[in-house]
Amino acid sequence: MKSLEELNAIRDKMADLVGFRSEEAGVEKKAGKYERHVLVCAGTGCTSSGSLKIAAKLEEEIEKAGLKDKVCVVRTGCHGLCALGPVMIIYPEAAFYSNTELEHIPEIVSEHLVKGNVVTKYLYQETVTDEGIISMHETHFYKKQNRVALRNCGVIDPENIEEYIGRDGYQALNKVLTTMTQKEVVDCVMGSGLRGRGGGGFPTGKKWLFAMGGEPGTQKYVCCNADEGDPGAFMDRSVLEGDPHVVLEAMAIAGYVIGANQGYIYVRAEYPIAVKRLEIAIKQAEEYGLLGDDIFGTGFSFRVGLRLGAGAFVCGEETALMTSIEGNRGEPRPRPPFPAVKGLFAAPTILNNVETYANIPQIIMRGAEWFASMGTEKSPGTKVFALGGKVNNVGLVEIPMGTTLREIVEEIGGGIPNGKKFKAAQTGGPSGGCIPASNFDVPIDYDNLIAIGSMMGSGGLIVLDEDDCMVDIAKFFLEFTVDESCGKCTPCRIGTRRLLEMLTAITEGKSSLEDLEKIKELCYHLKSSSLCALGQTASNPVLSTMKFFEDEYVAHVVDKKCPAGVCKSLFHYEIDPDKCIGCTLCAKNCPVNAITGEKKKVHTIDTSKCIKCGVCASKCKKSAVVKK
Amino acid sequence: MAQKATVPFTGTKEQEGELLKVIAELKGTKGALMPIMQKAQDIYGYLPIEVQKIISDNTGIPLEKIYGVATFYAQFALQPKGKFKVSVCLGTACYVKGSGKIYEKLQEVLNLKEGECTPDGKFSLESCRCVGACGLAPVMMINEDVHGRLLPDDVEKILAQYN
Amino acid sequence: MENVTIKINGVEVSAPAGSTILEAARYAGIEIPTLCYLKDINEIGACRMCVVEVKGARSLVAACVYPINPGMEVFTNTPAVQESRKKTLQLMLSNHERKCLSCVRSGNCELQTLCKELGVDDEAYYDGNKIHYELDTSAAHMVRDNNKCILCRRCTAVCSNVQGIGVIGPNERGFKTFIGSAFEMGLGETSCVSCGQCIAVCPVGAIYEKDNTKEIIDAINDPDKFVAVQVAPAVRAALGEEFGYPMGTPVQGQMAAALRRLGFDKVFDTNFSADLTIMEEAHEFLDRVQNGGKLPLITSCSPGWIKYCEHYFPDMTENLSSCKSPQQMFGATLKTYYAQKMGLDPKNIVSVSVMPCTAKKFEIGRDDEDAAGVPDVDISITTRELARMIKKAGLDFAKLPEEGFDDPLGEGTGAAVIFGATGGVMEAALRTAVEVLTGKELECVDFTAVRGVEGIKEATYNVAGMDVKVAIASGLGNAKILLDKVKAGEADYHFIEIMGCPGGCVNGGGQPQVPSKIRNVVDIRAERAKALYALDAGNPVRKSHMNESVKKVYEEFFGEPGSHKAHEILHTSYVKRTIN
Repeated sequence: MKSLEELNAIRDKMADLVGFRSEEAGVEKKAGKYERHVLVCAGTGCTSSGSLKIAAKLEEEIEKAGLKDKVCVVRTGCHGLCALGPVMIIYPEAAFYSNTELEHIPEIVSEHLVKGNVVTKYLYQETVTDEGIISMHETHFYKKQNRVALRNCGVIDPENIEEYIGRDGYQALNKVLTTMTQKEVVDCVMGSGLRGRGGGGFPTGKKWLFAMGGEPGTQKYVCCNADEGDPGAFMDRSVLEGDPHVVLEAMAIAGYVIGANQGYIYVRAEYPIAVKRLEIAIKQAEEYGLLGDDIFGTGFSFRVGLRLGAGAFVCGEETALMTSIEGNRGEPRPRPPFPAVKGLFAAPTILNNVETYANIPQIIMRGAEWFASMGTEKSPGTKVFALGGKVNNVGLVEIPMGTTLREIVEEIGGGIPNGKKFKAAQTGGPSGGCIPASNFDVPIDYDNLIAIGSMMGSGGLIVLDEDDCMVDIAKFFLEFTVDESCGKCTPCRIGTRRLLEMLTAITEGKSSLEDLEKIKELCYHLKSSSLCALGQTASNPVLSTMKFFEDEYVAHVVDKKCPAGVCKSLFHYEIDPDKCIGCTLCAKNCPVNAITGEKKKVHTIDTSKCIKCGVCASKCKKSAVVKK
Repeated sequence: MAQKATVPFTGTKEQEGELLKVIAELKGTKGALMPIMQKAQDIYGYLPIEVQKIISDNTGIPLEKIYGVATFYAQFALQPKGKFKVSVCLGTACYVKGSGKIYEKLQEVLNLKEGECTPDGKFSLESCRCVGACGLAPVMMINEDVHGRLLPDDVEKILAQYN
Repeated sequence: MENVTIKINGVEVSAPAGSTILEAARYAGIEIPTLCYLKDINEIGACRMCVVEVKGARSLVAACVYPINPGMEVFTNTPAVQESRKKTLQLMLSNHERKCLSCVRSGNCELQTLCKELGVDDEAYYDGNKIHYELDTSAAHMVRDNNKCILCRRCTAVCSNVQGIGVIGPNERGFKTFIGSAFEMGLGETSCVSCGQCIAVCPVGAIYEKDNTKEIIDAINDPDKFVAVQVAPAVRAALGEEFGYPMGTPVQGQMAAALRRLGFDKVFDTNFSADLTIMEEAHEFLDRVQNGGKLPLITSCSPGWIKYCEHYFPDMTENLSSCKSPQQMFGATLKTYYAQKMGLDPKNIVSVSVMPCTAKKFEIGRDDEDAAGVPDVDISITTRELARMIKKAGLDFAKLPEEGFDDPLGEGTGAAVIFGATGGVMEAALRTAVEVLTGKELECVDFTAVRGVEGIKEATYNVAGMDVKVAIASGLGNAKILLDKVKAGEADYHFIEIMGCPGGCVNGGGQPQVPSKIRNVVDIRAERAKALYALDAGNPVRKSHMNESVKKVYEEFFGEPGSHKAHEILHTSYVKRTIN
């Protein structure tokens, strides 16, 4: 592409099409070629629950109904409410269908698409009110959200570059290449206060600044960390699946700033849809001359290569990611030298994560002040969280920094299922910690999370309720770290394993109070002495649960009890003789024949045989099987 | 320690030709080893010594280095996968919703341990990290199919669908 | 280079820009403990022994790789630092098979030393599950015991980065990480060249040579056996280290005395056969030059190099000199000429060698190394094993008299003794070749251009009107660079000397292990080589062709260098091997 005019021509051509689906204020809606747009979520969550079959069925029914030229089906990225998948939205009504099943389609086509009557029974019920249907953006789940990084997710067809251009895509790249100096761009990013969304929270502008300068013609690299590995986190995947071009555009901007002509995206191979969309996006961007040589006729050249991870969490660590791209075991290197000085292939390199990049084009277009006006003073902007665990609305949410946990769990998340009590939220995955109910109203940002012993991490947010044992949760994360430790440095390789053994001993009732001290000591050793962030933060889940749930640890260690009834060694099942009616259901279902008793007489469990699988308790209709 | 290969190598000349083509294409690019290994695994399904030897002989990269890389990353397989690859998500969201029990049940029903394949080559079993279907937790995948909201009792019924 | 001033423990220290904290601390008289660090070879900051506090840093940093900046404040001895190092050691110990009393490295183990120095008071503090590993005894020369491995990776670094071989490396990850070969192959199945550099750098007892000393004791105590020993030049340059002598002290006389007291029937010198090698190799070289033979001619003294060439440059085995190595020439001469002369049945001779080398253990079992129908050499031990025998026998090495070698196979020239240093074989060959070609006596026998520890050296000498281009490489990584050049047609050398170990035999895989603390600041290669050049300078005879015993062997037995008989007994053949 040689000029802004060419870019604007495509944008204008696409304006009606993409504008028709916009729910942003001030966008004029004109039906262009199509009277209705059906946006079917084709993110991993909805794809898993069958959205691609839904889309195919829709096209089939639309064809049958003779609406092929009037209704378009668009496969978009993630809308966020994964628990309700497959989801789809039909414009112009903005009717939000959820839990869509194949059998619903003929009716939706004949009623809604043919006759214009929204089939309210299939809608997300919160959007159905006495006054008619409301936009999904007015529901609890979406109301407090502010989609910046996810701006295009769920709105455009990620496999069509023109839809991205229609939403002002590549305007920022044009702006920096044709009107801004490198210094101006970096000042803008610095001024926005954007901090790395991968977890560390390092100011992005500062990182770029470090890699600027040097001898002209020095080979440099721009890398994108798309190796999202925190269990339960899928923000980056959603951006890549829903809006891959935003990452390419931002990387090209970064390349311009530091003087790099080559970028690499290191993406998890576990994300096949993201990989495929990135491949398509790179190819299209090259075809449109938005990647390659002499972009916009400015002489600036930039290419992006894709490198697939192969299943190693540690490769999310920046130096490990680079050693991996170089074709080695993904083991971290000591810093300094920092990547800005000596990174990939020993050349100056910057590495940012997907979500960080997703903010860049808008910062360029709308200005640093606009971005800084959102969020908190030290953590401006928004953050995408993957909300999971014991919460009603599992999914992806983008909220301004500074939102409280209470708002996230109770309002956006719709509270805890089954009337259970909130116990804690885990953030930051295996590097993070838990936020107890006592900190329910702390505004979430980088510094506050660190102050309470957790960290932002890449944005996994797992809600735990009263049935979760905090020792078990700490053990779970440590198991993950032990599995994922690269094995290079001594503290992490052996220390995490020993820590896990000590925690396991607690869950088996084999520990003493002195062991808790020994655990703490080892945790601090890992923090102070490990080579990379994986080891340095591996003990966070242990330390933070010990800090906030000391009673629970003490109960395991001193009383040999697991208050949540999770640690198998510390409880047994009994049958309450007052409730048992002798129906024999428990005995029949016991896999190890540990339950005996005559019909219509009280049954008993032989605890020496019992494997505590819990089948009896789940089968008993009288709740007579109890954990003790 | 990695298990010794239990299934004899059955690579064909065509597969070798394909791999050699890949190596010739990628050899010159920086950091080509991982992409070559990934393509090799696409071609053969796994990376037995015979395949790693081809890579070593044609790139000059020591065999041990390739093996070191292959055993570092979870996705490289030294054993062939079953016709149906069963993987259970043990990510946080699935775990708190009971995927551990699903996994135990599968081990019991298939009589397999992590990474193993049934003698008839039909099912192989593994656990995996978050597949991103947290809304459907607990989740298992059989090849490309995702089975969500599982209970241990569903396992046998689902396996029976694969022949 | 510019100096940078920093503060260490509150004291200002000036060190060259680009120094690490570890290096700068030495200027302040502070030795920071290290374990995985080997200067220029393994700079990975992995073991975490050398952690220090840097003001402003979030965590402790590894001093071995952390560069200094002006104004930086470092603390090397705070309670946090002390505690961290101790805990790291305790973690290592929790995964280390602590059979310390019966360990070959007891008393010479870097882990043990650190535990003592840093006050580890409970070696079982973090004990937990361990993974048990089978010993790898598949190679001819060594044993790998992963149960003792602390994963410092010094062995794999030297194998990959210095020798360019990489038959061992880290496999698996996390707690399951172990050092091994591809697909758990035994080292003996791989293209390991047996150089033993991994043994030389291992800080603990995880890699060690196969001990053959018991076979020697048994032979000595067998009245039917005639047990003769030869000692390689480089052994005398390093053996003293085992008995407290400074590095580079030649201990030839005491060594000979010790061997005699150990009960060997004859104490001979490999220097004799080094001179013999020069006679044969110089002849071979002149023959190839004059008759259009394969050039460049490459030396064949180093069995590690030979095996490397067979695996990695099989198309260049014809460039190798067909001369057996001095060890093998010695054994062949012992069991043919000497046996005949003394009326001994070769079958009753036990031919023992003491070598700075582990590949010699492999070499004695090669094909075509059995001139008398029995192996030329029966038992090959390393310098370390000899030291163990001396200690076990209760010999007070320092008090031993200086004795000479036995005749006639104990005579060696100054040209022979420098075989132990890189460039030595070349220099020895030049001393002889030049005189043979020109027919004139050399004014100066010092060919200084081929001396020194550089990995690759080149020189051109005008000999009798012909420009002879020579090159020398030591360390197999360097050998590869040189050979790639030759193969690419970028170099037209006539004669190349290659030694498998960096610096040559003085730094061989069978030499006394030097703790990293010393290794990182002293150039072992140069220090030990000094002893050899001193012995050369002090020897009245400094040219191989002037060795009277060698002359006599030709007169009485072989005839001329390169004769048919010499070929049968003193030359060998090579095989082509694959890479594994």
